[in-house]
Amino acid sequence: MSDVVEKTLTALPGLLSLDSQPGSTKLSSSSKLGNLIRGITELTSKHEEEKLIQLELTSIKEQVSSPNTSMRQMKELMVRAIYCEMLGYESSFSYIHAIKLAQQGTALEKRVGYLAVSLFLNESHELLLLLVNTVLKDLQSTNLIEVCMALTVVSQMFPKDMIPAILPLVEEKLNHPKEIIRRKAVLALYKFYLIAPNQVQHIHNKFRKALCDKDPGVMTASLHIYLQLIEENPEGYKDLTTSFVTILKQVVGGKLPMDFNYHSVPAPWLQIQLLRILCLLGKNDQSTSEIMYEVLDESLRRAEINHNITYAILFECVKCIYTIHPKSELLEKAAKCIGNFVLSPKINLKYLGLKALTYVVQQDPKLALQHQMTIIECLDHPDLIIKRETLELLFRITNAQNVTVIVDKMLEFLRVNKDDYTTIDLVGKVAELAEKYAPDNEWFIETMSTVFSVGGDTMQPDIPNSFLKLLSEGFDSMEEDRKLRLFAVDSYVSLLQEEPGKLPQRFLQVISWVLGEYSYLREDLEVDTVLRLLAKLLDMKTTSSETKSWVLMAMTKLCEGGAGVSVAREVSETYSSSLDTVLRQRAQELQHLSQDSEMRARVLPRNAGLDPLEVDSSLSFLDGFVSEALAAGAAPYKPPHQRQEELAQAKALSLEPYGLSLPISMSSCCITDRQSPTLLSISSGLSGNSNDLSYRGGLKLDGVKRVWGREGYLAQREPVEESAHVEVPSPLRSPSQQGGAGGSHSHTPTHTPTPEPELEKQQLASSLFVGLASQSSVCLMGKSEPTPQRFRRKANSPASSSAASEKQSNSMVSAPSTVDNLMFNNLLDSHITSEPAVSSLEQTPQLSQGLVAANGSCDEELPDSDVNGSSPSLIGDDPVVAAELAPHEEPPKDLLLSSCLPAELSGLSHSEITPLCSDQILDLSACHVQKEDALVLVVFIYNSSDSDIQQILLELDSEELEVSCESDSAVQEATGHSVAVCQYSLSVKRPSVHVELVGMVSYQFPVGTPQSVQFSYKLPLSSFIRPMTVSTEEYGTMWLDFSHDTKQNLTLISDDQEPLTATLSVLKKKLQLHVVEIIGMEGIVACRLLQDQPCLMHCRMHAGTMAVWLRSPVPDLPDCLMYFCQRALQEH
Amino acid sequence: MIKAILIFNNHGKPRLSKFYEHYNEDIEQQIIRETFHLVSKRDENVCNFLEGGMLIGGSDYKLIYRHYATLYFVFCVDSSESELGILDLIQVFVETLDKCFENVCELDLIFHVDKVHNILAEMVMGGMVLETNMNEIIMQVDAQNKMEKSEAGIAGAPARAVSAVKNMNLPEMPRNINIGDISIKVPNLPSFK
Repeated sequence: MSDVVEKTLTALPGLLSLDSQPGSTKLSSSSKLGNLIRGITELTSKHEEEKLIQLELTSIKEQVSSPNTSMRQMKELMVRAIYCEMLGYESSFSYIHAIKLAQQGTALEKRVGYLAVSLFLNESHELLLLLVNTVLKDLQSTNLIEVCMALTVVSQMFPKDMIPAILPLVEEKLNHPKEIIRRKAVLALYKFYLIAPNQVQHIHNKFRKALCDKDPGVMTASLHIYLQLIEENPEGYKDLTTSFVTILKQVVGGKLPMDFNYHSVPAPWLQIQLLRILCLLGKNDQSTSEIMYEVLDESLRRAEINHNITYAILFECVKCIYTIHPKSELLEKAAKCIGNFVLSPKINLKYLGLKALTYVVQQDPKLALQHQMTIIECLDHPDLIIKRETLELLFRITNAQNVTVIVDKMLEFLRVNKDDYTTIDLVGKVAELAEKYAPDNEWFIETMSTVFSVGGDTMQPDIPNSFLKLLSEGFDSMEEDRKLRLFAVDSYVSLLQEEPGKLPQRFLQVISWVLGEYSYLREDLEVDTVLRLLAKLLDMKTTSSETKSWVLMAMTKLCEGGAGVSVAREVSETYSSSLDTVLRQRAQELQHLSQDSEMRARVLPRNAGLDPLEVDSSLSFLDGFVSEALAAGAAPYKPPHQRQEELAQAKALSLEPYGLSLPISMSSCCITDRQSPTLLSISSGLSGNSNDLSYRGGLKLDGVKRVWGREGYLAQREPVEESAHVEVPSPLRSPSQQGGAGGSHSHTPTHTPTPEPELEKQQLASSLFVGLASQSSVCLMGKSEPTPQRFRRKANSPASSSAASEKQSNSMVSAPSTVDNLMFNNLLDSHITSEPAVSSLEQTPQLSQGLVAANGSCDEELPDSDVNGSSPSLIGDDPVVAAELAPHEEPPKDLLLSSCLPAELSGLSHSEITPLCSDQILDLSACHVQKEDALVLVVFIYNSSDSDIQQILLELDSEELEVSCESDSAVQEATGHSVAVCQYSLSVKRPSVHVELVGMVSYQFPVGTPQSVQFSYKLPLSSFIRPMTVSTEEYGTMWLDFSHDTKQNLTLISDDQEPLTATLSVLKKKLQLHVVEIIGMEGIVACRLLQDQPCLMHCRMHAGTMAVWLRSPVPDLPDCLMYFCQRALQEH
Repeated sequence: MIKAILIFNNHGKPRLSKFYEHYNEDIEQQIIRETFHLVSKRDENVCNFLEGGMLIGGSDYKLIYRHYATLYFVFCVDSSESELGILDLIQVFVETLDKCFENVCELDLIFHVDKVHNILAEMVMGGMVLETNMNEIIMQVDAQNKMEKSEAGIAGAPARAVSAVKNMNLPEMPRNINIGDISIKVPNLPSFK
């Protein structure tokens, strides 16, 4: 191929000279690019290419920096630089020239300049600041093409903190007479929203205007924004549902101009976008879903032309129908559509069909059953992507009966697969299935062995961790545990005897742990043999030092008796001089413990896995050491984030305005709470399918088999039915007929001669789809009794940190997932009867049923109006809320509550009393009271039952807030029908626009079990803002000290004589700011965040807007305050 | 959102690369190489979607590609884009190129990288699909070209040169470089029954 290109290219200069006009100056330069490309195609090695390009770059460099280069030549040089960059050679010297070209060139050169800039630079590149002015100029240009260029480059990349500078101009473009400009402006604003949502808060209503634009193109562009907004907050945009439905109806009905047709489908991409939006809006919302049924039906009906793009629409329709509140008629049609997809010979459609099936199979397992033969064919498909998608589907329908076949298929795939990403994903899935549904010990151990050897060292570390946890914690029966461990020991010993060199390190670690822990179970196995096998691992070159320390640890557990000691001595001698300190430590341990068997028994007790270790996470045993060190003059310990902050404060002028103390402090929090890595859920990252957001997480809890009984593939006795299309099994068939196929591998047809490969497939189908029959047949047959899960973790006492109890507590805690709770409990209740944890588990359904209103939030739309006067009559004026809250109670409860406010707070202004949560017994409400130097949270606990409750324990926690209790003790008592009041003072640790508290109240009746309820409380940061009185001089010195700042233009209140004064007084009133001084067009304002974190504000009137500059020593505080100022002015 | 658009030839030589998200220079090259590696080993009769290249970002992203004669057109998108929709968008892109360059070929992409980028910018802006109507795109590009012509009458020279090469119809030219080869007619999808 290259020689042909070469020929073409050698001909090129000649052609050019023939073709070009006399006097063309362009010629020499354009043939330079030709020369370069020809040069590159002639090359044979990467090395030569590098040399050539470097040469080229040097020549470009020379020319760009020469003052004689004209803009036109510069343009040509830029194209050459772009070419070099595309090949991966950096030409950083040309960046500044690209910016210059965009700045100074004529429109044509400018275009190349902008293009080069957008290809060379990124959002955070410092040179980009030089472009801001050019963009500003071009946005104001009268040349439409220049405006377009500027908008394009802005949406590709723009420095975040420079957005305020151009925002008004871009906003203005929303009213431009040309639709293309409006369209580009909408997308540019969307980009701003993505990178800095706070900045465009105030123009949300303009987005609405864009949605109603008379030009469909602008409307289409605005859908990008709405898709994003609705994804973040579906509740806020329900009112737009009818608009979207109307738009879709018109589009589908062909009301758009013909221009929008693509292969005679009206605006297909627009339809896709709308369907996605509807899907988000209708999810879990019956009334909204009902609005869209008709148009969905219409879309399905209209999309009949046989073109790719109609299938794209159909696919979105189907997904939407299965996501929103179900309607049987539509579901039926959608199911038919999926059938068409799956059965299509077009491979792309088949892929999407499988994706759709995966998406719906949990709601509608019949569908998978219908297409079982196609699925089997897809399993053998030559395309790995299709195969993987099929396995994903099978993963969803796995149950205890088909697990062996499905896992086999997965392992088969894993052995041929080369792609790391897929391997990691699939290995996790196999491990999950094996743990959930393993039919017996041998299979489990063998499967896990394959997982470990195939998964290698790339797999998620929590797979071996949870496997070992499972082994050590055991299950319900001791005997079973013993058998499983014994089998593991047996199989690992034989693995080590074969060729341990091939096994991955992770697997070797697992093996050595198991052998160290459990090889005593096999009595006829000489300790000596095991030790020698382990020693062999140490000698292998490939063994990593991490594995070696695992091996040494195992040997320490094993060395016993004469032979053991001698092996141990030998090994420990070798490694006690190792360079690796960990290995040396292990070797020392081995040496000492092998000689002192008594100590060893104490340090490493056999079978210790069953008793949870008591870990002193506060490290209190070191207290003595610490106090000694302190007494000796050591500096007290400070966590890293604190150190960083102090360091930043020590610097008079920080050069890094956006210090990142946040992530560091978070990570240090995590570390202090020592958690075992095993607690990480395995299911993370397992459902890699992007379409299934709706049931991620729920997956583990509702196994398919529990719902759909045992009958599976129904033997296709009649030859007619042997085609790929298989009918749904009729629920009326006799049990004997169905039972014949139930999970048996040796199913052979007796009366119909079936072709051989077909027969194989049917057998496979029967083993794959067993247990997936329709729900109705389950009911008829009365076979709904689930098979118990074999490797269900033992439910430990709450004190232990087993994954099972973790799950339980999670499900108890998470208020929104009540359904999960119920299901989870149902599952467990049917299996455990004698566990200690049962009693606490059984409460969960009660609790979750009893939980009426959760999550009080008081910030919603009006952050300032929630502060009521202290007059109680104002508070009880929202009967709707009160009625919803406690339907069984007399309405003026709020009155009752506010009368319970502590005397010292009753004179102060407090927020509306918001319900937090309630169950049959307790009703929790809260409000916050603004004291001059503090913010007090008052929690009212109303006992609605007749009996007294003691030991009410209220715990509050927050990431952003520091909470301290003001009452004498956190424990309260409440007699029947009375209110207990707790007070907490709050201060801000880390500013954010809204801060949230989570809390739990636990209580106990005199007789009975402890109960607990969760709640959360949200309050705006503005409640923590207080005026700060400073003089102008003090303000001046402080201003220079503060490192975190933000700038933005805000609207002025213009209906006044003195707009600046009016605006500032509004801010003062609404946000409690202190206006220090107003000097002509400028004003300075100060405030503090409780307790003593100052924030300064500088305002300047400029062309009808107010340029606001906020500064503070606290990161994020300026941003948050800017938000509130914006809101306050907007509401005015 | 579209994360990246890549065009490379059958040998993995990049012809156009546009990233809508910032990656390091080296990472970009690695992405191009890995994408080529993934895409080039796929047969003709497999699906046009690929999932999970390690580099371009795990499970949420997918590659959607089309292969035309000597060139691969690859779009890397996240889950908010419709697979088939993007597949047709590639078709629109190629058809537009074909219209703008009159029988587009690999050489056009090499010599007019800037023009190709400009056409692309009218279709996809900052990772969002801006326009899907071919006529509309061509109209915008033409409007800009008009200005270009009025500014520099001679700027069209290289384009003419290439079209001269194309029209020479060299007899010894084998198929894979056949310059007319990339002219794409939309294959109508056969029905699936």
